[in-house]
Amino acid sequence: MAGDVLVLAEHFGGSLGDITFELLGMGKTLAGEFGGTCTVALIGGSDAMAEELGGADLVLRLGGEELADFNPEPYGEALLAAIEAKAPRVVLIGYTSMGMDLASTLAVKTGRNLASSCIRVEGGERITTTSQLYGGKMDVRSDLGTAPCILSVLAGSAPADAGRHDGAPTVENLDLPATAGRVRFKRFIEPEAGDVDITAQDILVAIGRGIGSKDDIEVAEELAEALDAAVAATRPIVDAGWLPKTRQVGKSGLKVKPKVYLALGVSGAPEHLEGMKGAATIIAVNTDKNAPIFNVAHYGLVEDLFEVCEELTEALEDR
Amino acid sequence: MDMTVLLKRVPDLVEDLEVDDSGKALDEDSVSLKLNEFDDHALEEALLLKEGGGGTVTVIALDGEDVDKMLYTALAKGADRALKVMGGDPDGGNQALAGIFVAALDGHGGDLILTGVQAADDRDGQLAPRVGALLGRPCIEVVTEVNPGDGKVTVHKELAGGVVAEYEVDLPAVLGIQAARQTPRYAPVSRVRQIQESATIDTVTSAATEGAGFTVVAMTPPETGEGAQMLDGVDELVKVLDAKGVI
Amino acid sequence: MAEKSSYKTTAERRRTKDQSFVEKEQAVVEGIDISGQWNRMYEPREIQDYDTTYLDKLTDLPGGESMGWCYQCAQCVPACPVDTAGGDYAPRKIFRRLQNGNDFFNHRDLWLCTTCQNCLRVCPKEVDMIQIIPAARALAVLEGNVPDELQEMFQNVAEYGNPMGQSPRKRARWTRKADAAVRVLPKDPAPVEVLWFVGDYYAYHGRGVDAANAMTRVYNRLGVDFGILGADERSDGDSQRLAGEPGLFEELAEHNIAQFRKYQFDKIVVSGPHAYNAIKNEYPKLGGEFPVEHYTQFLSAQMPKLKPLLTRPFTRKVTFHDPCYLGRHNGEYDAPRALLQAVPGIEFTEMYRCKAQGYCCGGGGGGMWLDGYAALHQTERLSENRVKEAVEVGAEVLAVCCPYEVSRFEDAVKSTDNDGKLEVLDIIEILDRCME
Repeated sequence: MAGDVLVLAEHFGGSLGDITFELLGMGKTLAGEFGGTCTVALIGGSDAMAEELGGADLVLRLGGEELADFNPEPYGEALLAAIEAKAPRVVLIGYTSMGMDLASTLAVKTGRNLASSCIRVEGGERITTTSQLYGGKMDVRSDLGTAPCILSVLAGSAPADAGRHDGAPTVENLDLPATAGRVRFKRFIEPEAGDVDITAQDILVAIGRGIGSKDDIEVAEELAEALDAAVAATRPIVDAGWLPKTRQVGKSGLKVKPKVYLALGVSGAPEHLEGMKGAATIIAVNTDKNAPIFNVAHYGLVEDLFEVCEELTEALEDR
Repeated sequence: MDMTVLLKRVPDLVEDLEVDDSGKALDEDSVSLKLNEFDDHALEEALLLKEGGGGTVTVIALDGEDVDKMLYTALAKGADRALKVMGGDPDGGNQALAGIFVAALDGHGGDLILTGVQAADDRDGQLAPRVGALLGRPCIEVVTEVNPGDGKVTVHKELAGGVVAEYEVDLPAVLGIQAARQTPRYAPVSRVRQIQESATIDTVTSAATEGAGFTVVAMTPPETGEGAQMLDGVDELVKVLDAKGVI
Repeated sequence: MAEKSSYKTTAERRRTKDQSFVEKEQAVVEGIDISGQWNRMYEPREIQDYDTTYLDKLTDLPGGESMGWCYQCAQCVPACPVDTAGGDYAPRKIFRRLQNGNDFFNHRDLWLCTTCQNCLRVCPKEVDMIQIIPAARALAVLEGNVPDELQEMFQNVAEYGNPMGQSPRKRARWTRKADAAVRVLPKDPAPVEVLWFVGDYYAYHGRGVDAANAMTRVYNRLGVDFGILGADERSDGDSQRLAGEPGLFEELAEHNIAQFRKYQFDKIVVSGPHAYNAIKNEYPKLGGEFPVEHYTQFLSAQMPKLKPLLTRPFTRKVTFHDPCYLGRHNGEYDAPRALLQAVPGIEFTEMYRCKAQGYCCGGGGGGMWLDGYAALHQTERLSENRVKEAVEVGAEVLAVCCPYEVSRFEDAVKSTDNDGKLEVLDIIEILDRCME
């Protein structure tokens, strides 16, 4: 329908991800503005998941157990079928690892416009989106006009609570289309255990590219020790092999909510912010006063991170 | 395995980006373009695959200032062929760019097309899945490892929380690379200069393609909201930590 | 990187070789009968026992020849700062390992040399590591064999023109905080007396910026007419050249030479010895001949004007570390000392290893970006060894005049637990303090 919204549910390990509820909350608001309905497409989900989606006007189920594990090919075909069946004005997909496989593909297949990395969506006669681009350094507002579209939305752009509602939603089943079977899911590889669990720490000392070299991580580790904290890192640090994957915070890493998140030399790319903006207190140290991290930080210090590390370590040891 | 790596240049984020007078685009004077770092990883992964199991690597990019140097650098690293597309709009977005690349590759691109998982200026989706969809080939994004097999590749795709999913993908396919198995190699300047003397860059004229069907109406640095309360020195930082009861 | 050992042990050689000797049954030499055992001669042991592939590979390189001249006298061993720091190093040892078939190009030996030149000073055969090392590294880099830390530096310099990977546009940003005017020549290209080549560390590094600000104040008080290249300046390239990236050096040098040619100036004054060495000795090879002075030379030549300005006493015990590329490489030992001696109230002490015999800080020849690598293969950092010496001679201040050294030595002061005992200051910072 012309004013409807379709939200793609995301799940892993048998439960729905926060992004589902964030998108659902967002979708309901939009549908309200359009005077339409909000449908959730649940691909490969379970009954239990469907029951959590009480906030939706309709839960459209495609496949079950056999599609429990994400596979871009059948998921893409299923979502295409859902779009064709419901012809929504807006399709909301998370800008996540799963969503990235689907949104662009569907944009091509449906001929719809796609705005990515959205953090805000304004409905009405025309649809206006705000995308966070250039490593979080610019907000780009786009006018998508009145045509039906697909929006890929950054995790954490809307509160998940707005999408959480009890109550049995209306469920409709849709047959899965056949797929070519060119992509075959093999297995999940869990991160190696045994390292510190950064999601369970009260304080995290997070390092970004500003640390400069592997050797200098020592400085952060000393500070972490003085703070009784653990060292976490941004993706580039982990990609460079300077710290294990278990320390990565962000989109492809872990989501953390410590009491204090001390970000050292972290610029604040959206992918990283996604993983840490739930921290109770964020303190950022960066030499670049324009670094986007200062926009989400509660406290900021424009200084060389090494000087701060050393002074702070000393100050703590003296206490 | 014959591979094509799609290279795209993006504004370098070490610069302080500024908005131009139109209020809708970056001020060109504040921008310096560099190879999308994820594309560099895609190139590295392709070179590793070639070194491990043979094949060829073709790199392709839109024309622009310093693009020759970027392509020669890719050749110096071990790519076999460089293709430059003339006349395409570098600011046209990924929808247009995907169409341009697919046309320039004659709808082919070998067994495997690789490019970066994303880029800092992606406003209308990602390049890899767009190219995959145009060619009707399977595509996987956020790939961190590629292992070749017979008529297929096995790839690792990163999901959230450090979990990796392993897929087997039939060739031909398209991959969006998050990280190569090793840090992208360095091309010594003397070799780049040497290649510049001996190698040639093939050129092809851009096809006219349809760009994103929507327009940018404003570009602004993010609202800072209340913003961070700026501290003056480590002493104040200690006070904050103290007040939060964590030390 | 594994050390290869394809050679025979001494015992094996004894079994096979030492048995073969010659003796003539009948031999008379100058009327003396030396028949039988009296003329016994062992057959010469043949060097062909060894795999000389890598020795040949090295000596075949232009610049690598002199490695083959080593006759194992070992005078270089005690002179080598890396050996002193537990690195089991020096040309003699490198040559011996090469003789034994060691693949130098895939071995730590290739990367530990700081090109400090102390070995060449004592070498009777003139085995010249300053030529050998860059030549060998250049080949290794071409073969894709380069330690990660160094590769990252190359990448940064190639992309941004500075090893920190900072925006080249921000190279003159430090001037915003300077409390005296700094003329940026690209914006104000009128003729100038001194073209100040600021350098990477003064422009971008926290402690370097302190020194750059001090320099600005000193120049202004002296009334020096100076200007900088601002965002048009790039790394001098010397460390990149010595670390094995001659192509990158050429690119940087060509760029800087082209900038120099745009302006009229009397001389270039540099902040650092590496830039000094590059502009004085290497840029002319690429056609760029410019009069250049290290800042200590420039300022010490203005002593009559400078000295009256140094009014505030600096009553500290000070010692001075000779930068290899100002001292040994370019023979300047007096200018920095003259400046320090002019400081009122100073108590100046020499370290044991000074002037031509000065000890290396470890940062030269690319060592600045091989710190982690070197630490793996040595028992201590060179900078730590040096800091201990400064403390031992009773110094409270270690004065330096190379921009690499401030941060190196400050780190070493901390890692050797000498925090609070020894302060590291650029000479220009001391001068600046005496003028306040």
